[in-house]
Amino acid sequence: MSAGRTDVAIIGGGLIGCATAYYLARRGRRVVLLERGFVGGVSSGVNFGNLRLQGRHLEQMPLALRAQALWEGLEAELGESVEFWRQGHLFVALNEQHAAQIEAFHHECRPYGLETELLDRHRIAERWPWLRGPVVSASWSARDATVNSRLVSPAYARAARALGADIREGVEMTAIAREGAGFRLACADGSEVLCDVLLNSAGAWGGAIAEQFGEPTPVFAAGPVQLITEATGRFLENVIHAVDGSIIFRQTQRGNILIAGHPRVPVDFANRRSRVPPRKLATNLARMLELAPHLSHLTLLRSWTGIEGYFPDMIPVIGPSRTTPGLFHAFGFCGHGLQIGPAVGMCLAELILDGRTPTPIECFGIERFAKPVTADRAHLAAEFEGTLLDKIGAS
Amino acid sequence: MARAVIVGAGPAGITAAATLAARGVDVVLIEEGRRGGGQGYRAAPPGLDLPMRRLLGGDLAAWRRIQARFVALTMPMKGLHERFPGFAGQVEFRPGTLAWNIADSVVHTECAGTLDEIAYDALVLATGATDRIMPVPGWTLPGVYTLGGAQTALKDQGCLIGRQVVFCGASPLLYLAALQYARMAGAAGARVVGVLDTTPFAEKRRALPDLLAAPGLLLKGLGLLAALKVRGVPVRHGVRLSAFTGTDQGEGAGVDGVLYQDAAGRTQRIECDAVAFGFGLRPESQLAELAGAALRYDPTFRQWFPAQDADGRCAPKVYVAGDNCRIGGARAAEAAGLIAAHAALADLGLANGGTDTQLVAARRTLAAMERFQRGLARAFAWPHHWAAGMADETIVCRCENVTVGAVRGAVLDARGGERELNRVKAAVRCGMGRCQGRFCGNAAAEIVAAALGDAQAEPGRLRAQPPVKPLPVTAAPKEPVT
Repeated sequence: MSAGRTDVAIIGGGLIGCATAYYLARRGRRVVLLERGFVGGVSSGVNFGNLRLQGRHLEQMPLALRAQALWEGLEAELGESVEFWRQGHLFVALNEQHAAQIEAFHHECRPYGLETELLDRHRIAERWPWLRGPVVSASWSARDATVNSRLVSPAYARAARALGADIREGVEMTAIAREGAGFRLACADGSEVLCDVLLNSAGAWGGAIAEQFGEPTPVFAAGPVQLITEATGRFLENVIHAVDGSIIFRQTQRGNILIAGHPRVPVDFANRRSRVPPRKLATNLARMLELAPHLSHLTLLRSWTGIEGYFPDMIPVIGPSRTTPGLFHAFGFCGHGLQIGPAVGMCLAELILDGRTPTPIECFGIERFAKPVTADRAHLAAEFEGTLLDKIGAS
Repeated sequence: MARAVIVGAGPAGITAAATLAARGVDVVLIEEGRRGGGQGYRAAPPGLDLPMRRLLGGDLAAWRRIQARFVALTMPMKGLHERFPGFAGQVEFRPGTLAWNIADSVVHTECAGTLDEIAYDALVLATGATDRIMPVPGWTLPGVYTLGGAQTALKDQGCLIGRQVVFCGASPLLYLAALQYARMAGAAGARVVGVLDTTPFAEKRRALPDLLAAPGLLLKGLGLLAALKVRGVPVRHGVRLSAFTGTDQGEGAGVDGVLYQDAAGRTQRIECDAVAFGFGLRPESQLAELAGAALRYDPTFRQWFPAQDADGRCAPKVYVAGDNCRIGGARAAEAAGLIAAHAALADLGLANGGTDTQLVAARRTLAAMERFQRGLARAFAWPHHWAAGMADETIVCRCENVTVGAVRGAVLDARGGERELNRVKAAVRCGMGRCQGRFCGNAAAEIVAAALGDAQAEPGRLRAQPPVKPLPVTAAPKEPVT
């Protein structure tokens, strides 16, 4: 097979890859995206669908707010529904430490343009009279929203295709070689792609590509557990989210209760398989029932997880390679890539085409891993199962 | 002592349990229902006195054999053990128990809201099958049942599904269920008003060489047909079901007729107040998949079965037996249960060395039954070709109210459609409801295959996800897990 030539090749068809392909194609660039499975199949389409603004890393706020503006117009832009729903987000403090966290964030996020409202127990009881459990206080953010994450990457991929992008599902990239100022990619089906610019958006597998170009990172894989109940009468219009992430739930427009909750679980990274540890079901259901005991009549229909890439500092890698001109990285989104995804795609398109982006993203540079980083066990204990922390050598 | 977990107390599970226990293996027999016997040989609940001889006819002896084996197996055996230490393993029967997941050689169960975990040295999955459904307009109307559902109503609850019942579809269960109803209906002032077989009679003739592999069963089948005729039940072959008619709203909602095209292409209608339909069986293979079995496509049945060796091994320490791994019926299930148990014994190092004559006979039975079932698959053909012409507004996924048009549309989307069944599920929710695709999965796969336009292509399959059936959200372990 002869090699196809393109301006930009993208490895990995998650939200980041698909959104970048779309924004590049919108600006008239030739794009080839290689996805060995289906777009959004491993990580981008298996999450809770939270477009959460409150509680984010502050250095991410400009990116997050740019993303929210994109989300708010996305269905019109892409021409199809992704079940975008500006339903607001209640960050629930279950202890005094949580309460202090949301109060600090309330002040810190304001300069960035995000307004949150602090609610005491009395105010919470007025708006969510069914809410039980050890709720101390809460923070309300009206601009936070949700989407059906399963629909997002395919929608971006379709829109990118309509603009001429070549989105190849079921095609696995097997080797990258430098060729002149660009790259030559070999694929398992025998095809080759020649490109000037290469984007590594391979999620939990992005580390291997970066490493090939002399940029090792401490990326590791984990799975976020999702549960869903049968549908019930509408009672909940918002996302309920414990500050420590131990329980997160919302009611879908159909009426099902979608439930998530940390810690994330180990996955079979080598074989690309992810299964929910059976005991996790009862744990997360019990936590939900502690806050919403009136749901005790429901049945659980399904559970699933996926394979996400994480870094010990819990922020992604986004930006140019420091060793290889023409190579860009965007992977390891640490479980919060969905909300910022559209803006990351936009910023990457700007970086690739203009050499710069107006959104501050310097803190996400891959160079931060030039010296070894150790995972801080205390910091990550609530986020990941202990066996996983052992595996990555957290101390 | 080695522990075997057996899921499903039908002919396969009961036989496997008896075989393993007799050789000193501790057996935990898990059954979702209250009693043993499986779908075909179920025992009526206490207090329901069914005339079994009239209901079962020639199947009475087999029913008695399986029930007797089950009773012997689950009787309190304490005294026996005290007198003959090491004579036999314990059998612990757990009725009303759902095996909802398998992970790391542990079966996860739920019983009355309590979760439990059972580690195994050998796991025999004998989870059976359910009716395979091809949607017919109106199939979600009140009064429309699957063939198996109609049998359950009769044998488990002593209920008829209606006073004027039509049996239709293409299934080995078709004539059996119809005749059982005809036997029982008269006394209740009800009758079977028609049997509509969607396979042309010529296909049955063509299937004859394979059907002769089990001449006894072939005769039994012909006997069912003859008995229906003697009772004056009209039987039509080679029909195409157009619709189940009726209303689904308000008082008197329900099915009121079956509209069909006869073999000559003429439109016909039978009035009725209940319909039982089905198109063969589909394996309950989800647990095998979760336990690590690969799934293999069988072009004769046009469906996926757990890949297994000749003795039912499908994953390390995991065995499959019965209709959940090859549609074969009760006799095949009994034989497969014995064979799987012997494989487990061999793998546990408990084989007795010699050739077991029972085992040899079981292998012979299984081979014959398998050939016979291939004949049945032809004689009662899955009408996969209906999928292409099915009306867009027909519901395919009743749990989530997803229409044929929605499934087709996800594939035919001009802006880039989905090409794989699980992706279609993700896009339109087909198979996401209470049944998790157990009832719509086969039809959805055919609709997707037809929309993709490659007649030779294998239809896909929906992947299993735990829990395999709904769990109460209040389900909790007896001892809190730390």
